Amino acid sequence: MNIPEILADCNKIFIDELGNPSIVLKPESTASDIEEWDSLTHIQLIVAIEKHFKIRFTTAEIQNFKNVGEMCTCIQKRISK
Amino acid sequence: MDFKQIKINLKKDFTGYKKVKVAIIADSATQYLAQAIRGIGYERKLDIEVWEAPYDAIDITVNDDKSELYEFKPDFTLVFLSVQKMKTKFYKTGFDAEFAQNTINYLKRTVSVISTKIKTNFLIFNFPDGLDPVFGNFGGKIRNSFSYQVKKMNVELMDWMQNDTSVSLIDLCGLQSMYGFSNAIDNRLYISSDVHFSMDFALEVANNCVQVIDVYSGNSKKCLILDLDNTIWGGIIGDDGLENIQIGDLGIGKIYTGIQTWIKALKDRGIILAVCSKNDELNAREPFEKHPDMVLKSDDIAVFVANWSNKHDNIKYIQSILNIGFDSMVFIDDNPFERNMVRTYLPEICVPELPEDPADYLSYLNKLNLFETNAYTHEDKERTQLYKAEALRNAASLTYSSEREFLKNLDMVSEVKAIDLFSIPRVSQLTQRSNQFNLRTVRYTEEDIKRIVSKNDAYTTFDFSLSDKYGSHGLIGIIILEKKNDETLFIDTWIMSCRVLKRGMEKFMLNEIMKFAQKNNFKNVIGEYLETKKNIIVKDHYESLGFYKEKNLWYCNVKEYKFNSCYIKNANE
Repeated sequence: MNIPEILADCNKIFIDELGNPSIVLKPESTASDIEEWDSLTHIQLIVAIEKHFKIRFTTAEIQNFKNVGEMCTCIQKRISK
Repeated sequence: MDFKQIKINLKKDFTGYKKVKVAIIADSATQYLAQAIRGIGYERKLDIEVWEAPYDAIDITVNDDKSELYEFKPDFTLVFLSVQKMKTKFYKTGFDAEFAQNTINYLKRTVSVISTKIKTNFLIFNFPDGLDPVFGNFGGKIRNSFSYQVKKMNVELMDWMQNDTSVSLIDLCGLQSMYGFSNAIDNRLYISSDVHFSMDFALEVANNCVQVIDVYSGNSKKCLILDLDNTIWGGIIGDDGLENIQIGDLGIGKIYTGIQTWIKALKDRGIILAVCSKNDELNAREPFEKHPDMVLKSDDIAVFVANWSNKHDNIKYIQSILNIGFDSMVFIDDNPFERNMVRTYLPEICVPELPEDPADYLSYLNKLNLFETNAYTHEDKERTQLYKAEALRNAASLTYSSEREFLKNLDMVSEVKAIDLFSIPRVSQLTQRSNQFNLRTVRYTEEDIKRIVSKNDAYTTFDFSLSDKYGSHGLIGIIILEKKNDETLFIDTWIMSCRVLKRGMEKFMLNEIMKFAQKNNFKNVIGEYLETKKNIIVKDHYESLGFYKEKNLWYCNVKEYKFNSCYIKNANE
């Protein structure tokens, strides 16, 4: 999978989990850009993404994503493993 | 159910749902648990308002008179001490053999401080157990191991609950054994956010809490309706014949023996069993009477229906005999088509989806925890007999030309006495569970009833048992009178079990109230009807007994009262 494909899947998950159909994710998006994305829903998103891609992030990865782009890169790295 | 659904539920309209207030006191982060409890409550028509104590600040919350906890006045207070935190504390004590006792004492103190400020039911989480991380299996041989202390805490906690009805268990240890450590805990959430459950497990824990809360709100399952072929035995009795159905200790039969053993134990606990099967009745009854490996016998079944009609019609018939709500019934059937038919026609009845493999039926059903309860009394054990006698009465009633003749020939005798230590559990249970013939629907715990009984200058209580020539109904009626002043009695509680409807029992009960009122020179008896969704049958109760209405209360003049005639004798007269 390439990054745009991963980003598109993540976008669907964000819409679904946060219940907001108007969310448009970009690689540079962060929690401050999306109203419903807080520390609580962050975990919910992570768990949904893990289930979708059948991967598991480490604790450090979860804490250190600076933006959506970094998260997608990490997902790509994990799927290819 | 997943968190997405919880979030959707949280945005829904809870108007008209029963309001319940729940406080969570914990030493870890509980936001997910709080959200899940409210979201799952929606599914059960409960409007649960959740208040979370500040993070890891139990003592400050509890000891502050002005704490929000005391302003909030929760109906239920969840107390959750995390076993992970406890472990850290335990090792700091240097393997203290008194650790469990000290922890339980701490919990008792916490509960008693809160109890002096507000009236609330406590739901206390017990402590998940595991192989001792330091001593391994040897942990069992020494009191200084953490695993010994955890097991001890769990037993101490239950022993405490035996004598304190305001304290109940949330069996986190049992749940974690069921789901497994690696499913129950997400180490990353624990490390990064001090959240001690995985997202999925938080839902299971919340569901468990809501089940307990729901039972206290008067919603519990009372009846299990069984399909027969391929549900409680393997094979089809009509085709395969008595010798060839699968039941017993061998092979596939073992599955059904397991299921029947569970069902029999439920019956012994007080769940009413009924059969609803598409079969010829003779065929359907044969295994119950003749098969040596059947755990369930004819006597265990209160209502047996086997014919070729629609199951939903048969279930309606069963409901009419038992006279309990559809929402207190569970129906199990291996056939998805039948399950869906019943769900469509009777949406209130609980019809569990079953897994594909019958070997998984029992553990699946056990995980659902369908039969949560909050009491276990003598009446529970006898319930099937009570309902079987009721079926005999129903049959007899058809042979009399009039209802009066029938009632006259029942030879009914009622024992009337003040509520005493022996009847307190049953009385409390009736106030918790009776929804229909219940004039004010005030729920009382055993502690509440004890308090009422002890204040005999302010209250007079009666409990009523009824028996007839077919058997005893047990304790079926309660009246609690509050002495408002020297002249006036207020009927605080008037409850009657629905199994004695249309017997003239309410007239008999009123006669007893009036006898007491006359003897003690009261002038007025006042009744009140508080409407709920379920007590419509007593809407005109006071009017039909000759009370007159002023504002929202019903009055009866003691002097002018004409004693009602009825066919029930007082056992003491």
